[in-house]
Amino acid sequence: MFSLDLLLQAVVSGVLLGGVYGLVASGLSLIFGVLRIINFAHGAVMMLAMYATYWLFALLHVDPYLSIVVTGPAFFLLGMLIQRVVIEPNRFAAEHNQLLLTLGLALFLENLALVLWQGDFRTVRPAYANASFTLGEALVEVPRLVACAGAVVMALALFGFLRLTDVGKAIRALAEEPEGAMLMGIDVGRIRAVAFGIGAGCVAVAGALVTPFFYVAPDVGESFNIMAFVVVVLGGMGNFVGALLGGFIVGLAESLGATALPGSLKQLVVFALFVLVLLFRPAGLFGGGRGR
Amino acid sequence: MSLLELSNLDVAYGDLPALSDVSLAVEAGETLSVVGANGSGKTTMLRTISGLLRPRRGEVRFEGERIDRLPCHRVVERGVVHVPEGRKVFPSLAVRENLELGSYPRAARAHRADSLERVFSLFPRLRERAGQAAGTLSGGEQQMLAIGRALMARPTLLMLDEPSLGLAPLIVTEIFRTIDAIHRAGVTVLLVEQNTRQALALSRRGYVLENGRVVLVGTGAELLGNEHVKRAYLGM
Ligand SMILES: Nc1ncnc2c1ncn2[C@@H]1O[C@H](COP(=O)(O)OP(=O)(O)O)[C@@H](O)[C@H]1O
Ligand SMILES: [Mg+2]
Repeated sequence: MFSLDLLLQAVVSGVLLGGVYGLVASGLSLIFGVLRIINFAHGAVMMLAMYATYWLFALLHVDPYLSIVVTGPAFFLLGMLIQRVVIEPNRFAAEHNQLLLTLGLALFLENLALVLWQGDFRTVRPAYANASFTLGEALVEVPRLVACAGAVVMALALFGFLRLTDVGKAIRALAEEPEGAMLMGIDVGRIRAVAFGIGAGCVAVAGALVTPFFYVAPDVGESFNIMAFVVVVLGGMGNFVGALLGGFIVGLAESLGATALPGSLKQLVVFALFVLVLLFRPAGLFGGGRGR
Repeated sequence: MSLLELSNLDVAYGDLPALSDVSLAVEAGETLSVVGANGSGKTTMLRTISGLLRPRRGEVRFEGERIDRLPCHRVVERGVVHVPEGRKVFPSLAVRENLELGSYPRAARAHRADSLERVFSLFPRLRERAGQAAGTLSGGEQQMLAIGRALMARPTLLMLDEPSLGLAPLIVTEIFRTIDAIHRAGVTVLLVEQNTRQALALSRRGYVLENGRVVLVGTGAELLGNEHVKRAYLGM
């Protein structure tokens, strides 16, 4: 039952989805690093972006990849708006209240989607949706390959932005030493909004990238949210390179688990990994996290 | 008109007063020291000026305009730059990146290359370590970085909170010499120190703070000769 072919196929699928997890987690990690909140609404934002991709395709025949030039910036702005209106006013609230806040936001967005678009599974299937080729004995679906490549490119672009631009450096400075950042003349309120916006933009891009091979439904973001959370813990809270590497590890763990274990247990490997890391390497596998 | 004026400031943490009825003036071009024991309110005073804390009562004026309701970054944009106690450099960022962030405000950004050159010539050690993470520097080097980073903003008023804290005597002397050089280059300096002797020796005027109140004001020389200062702060 555990042939080499199956194993190879699991590795390919795991790596390809892992890149997407990496991008989703990079956004989550950035938000955590700067705002010190765990954004449980991250997956719900991804879900909204998938609906946006769906409607652009269904109504206007916009290619899902092309739609990114619209949804990426739009969700960046939406993220800034959410931060300004919902998150920022509660910045000094107790930590557990801030957790409830993003959780509540997630529930609100999911129910909004349910009311607006019902619970049916919708799909986006452009002409290339079924394109594939074989790599050795493994089947590589082209949309999954594109999603992985696109996610990695986006994560690297984010990394470059954080390294090379003044706003990127201000984001890193604020994550490390908030008071030092304020004393440098950085408008930290604005930087917090920008960081949240970038996080939303990243997860929106991830959402668009997966729609050609995924379904769209109100709760579609939940599993991505959980996976991204595991990735962030694995990679170290606030560690961006760790998030990308962690994405591949979780993607692999998930697909190997699905191959080796019966269906209902397929995520056991991922969560076992999660618990082990929390127990033995709480700062993350790569140790560079700056969690407090 | 003084460059910076605090009038009748009250600042508290919850119900605990930290500054009571503090009035103080910094004249353009001078070096002024505020000395006092641990817990006397020196840091609280600087944090109030830079906008990290809000006063209960009283006002802060810079170049005649009130700044006590401005957000921190607006105070920096006006030319009041604060080197905090404990340095607060960005540890995983490179020395050069720390310095670049010092010139984050738009006006300072335009002069970044220029300012960087000046800071490097003031602190050649920082040039040697430009690519290194700030967290790997020694305490003295981190203090130089914190001062250099503040200079990148091209301050009119530079406020330093205990720059000598925790440093070896030789380094302390070097830091004080640098502060003097910065002052001679035209920057007004407000220096907060527990190192009373060296701070007052460097300064034109000084204030003594006790339990959140100003108890003495005078020239540096006057205060160094004052009986109370000698007994309480100079161990004589
Ligand atoms: N964050 C804070 N919360 C509560 N009390 C504080 C805080 N910071 C300082 N204090 C209190 O305010 C007073 C003045 O402290 P501070 O300004 O740090 O003095 P100094 O810098 O002269 O040592 C002290 O009694 C100190 O305990
Ligand atoms: Mg102090």
